[in-house]
Amino acid sequence: MNIQIKNSSNDPIYLQIKNQIRDAILNGELEADELLPSIRLLAKELRVSVITTKRAYDELENDGFIHSVHGKGSFVAPQNLDLIKERFLKKIEANITEILRYAKLADISHDELIEMIKTLEDENAECN
Amino acid sequence: MQNAIELQGLKKRLGNFVLGPINLIVPRGCIVGYIGENGAGKSTTIKLLLNLMIPDQGEIKLLGKNIREFTPQIKKDIAYVFDDLYLPEDMTLKNAQNFHRKFYGQAWQDKTFSELITRFSLPDNKTIKHFSRGMKMQLGLALALSHGAKLLLLDEATSGLDPVIRDDVLDLLLEYIQNEDHTILVSSHILSDLEKVADYIAFIHKGQLLFMEAKDELVDQYGITSLSKEQLAEIDNDAIVGKRSHQFGVEVMLKRNLVPDDLELEKVSVEDIMVYMIKGERK
Repeated sequence: MNIQIKNSSNDPIYLQIKNQIRDAILNGELEADELLPSIRLLAKELRVSVITTKRAYDELENDGFIHSVHGKGSFVAPQNLDLIKERFLKKIEANITEILRYAKLADISHDELIEMIKTLEDENAECN
Repeated sequence: MQNAIELQGLKKRLGNFVLGPINLIVPRGCIVGYIGENGAGKSTTIKLLLNLMIPDQGEIKLLGKNIREFTPQIKKDIAYVFDDLYLPEDMTLKNAQNFHRKFYGQAWQDKTFSELITRFSLPDNKTIKHFSRGMKMQLGLALALSHGAKLLLLDEATSGLDPVIRDDVLDLLLEYIQNEDHTILVSSHILSDLEKVADYIAFIHKGQLLFMEAKDELVDQYGITSLSKEQLAEIDNDAIVGKRSHQFGVEVMLKRNLVPDDLELEKVSVEDIMVYMIKGERK
């Protein structure tokens, strides 16, 4: 697993760690029941504070991505992919509702919105 | 859970200077940066912690024990590194090692000491007199980490050292803290690279402890930006922590929750917070 901390990022460090571990779980790089590095080891390797890595793990646990066994460590929780898809769909829905609200306020047509999505997608593809 | 350090109503008067009353709790297993200006009272606190100075008032507990009841056994659990070695200058490595072996008895770990000496490539044929400042600090750290201590106190130990040595120290501290029974208090007027790994920051100013907060939360509270004087006038006065005015504008440190979301703020370092808070007080 790779974790890169970027000081230039606007995200706080715990969130950068959390998101990268989450992504590794979602794309299958980390498998169910795999043992994660301890919060102390992770803090040492990344040179961040233990509180930072602990917060990342706590949030991953709250979101159901990992589970911790006292004295043994943290493990990747088996993921219900349908459930995850469902969760992301809800988020997308909420965001689209917001977008539609703004679009209406600014009088932007649906075609223009779709054009925007395409442009952004192309730009992101180029960046990657 | 047991705390590593508990200070309650700690007070010490030294001439015109008064330290405290200080209340401070340091949980086990963390790294605390104890920061403040020169003369803020950092070293006085450390001396009180080590029983090198007797407080006028208050109570000090280290690793759950009142330091008044300290036995030699408990003293082995506490290690310290100062800005100087305070060992006779004509000692060699071997002399220092023998001295500490006798001093700490059973708790002394020759193997750990040898490993650290090798790691730092310290010369065994020179007397301490001929050691550089960095080598002295490395020896101090090697001695401190070789008797199984659970609490490590560093008082300006890495100030004035080159970045490569500081980096080695950082690695060593991180290895030490892998054991969750271990605790580190780093006292310094400049944390720089050590800041990254600190869990908590305790800020002392003119003998008073201004706060002890989780570092992440602390740095997330504030942001720095450059504004024109007109722009500054529109900012809520309570949001301004400190500022540096110059002829062409002003640099300010602001509380993020009291300024509009669209104001772009840069991340702050612990050093920024220290400087702006002290200067803010003078504004």
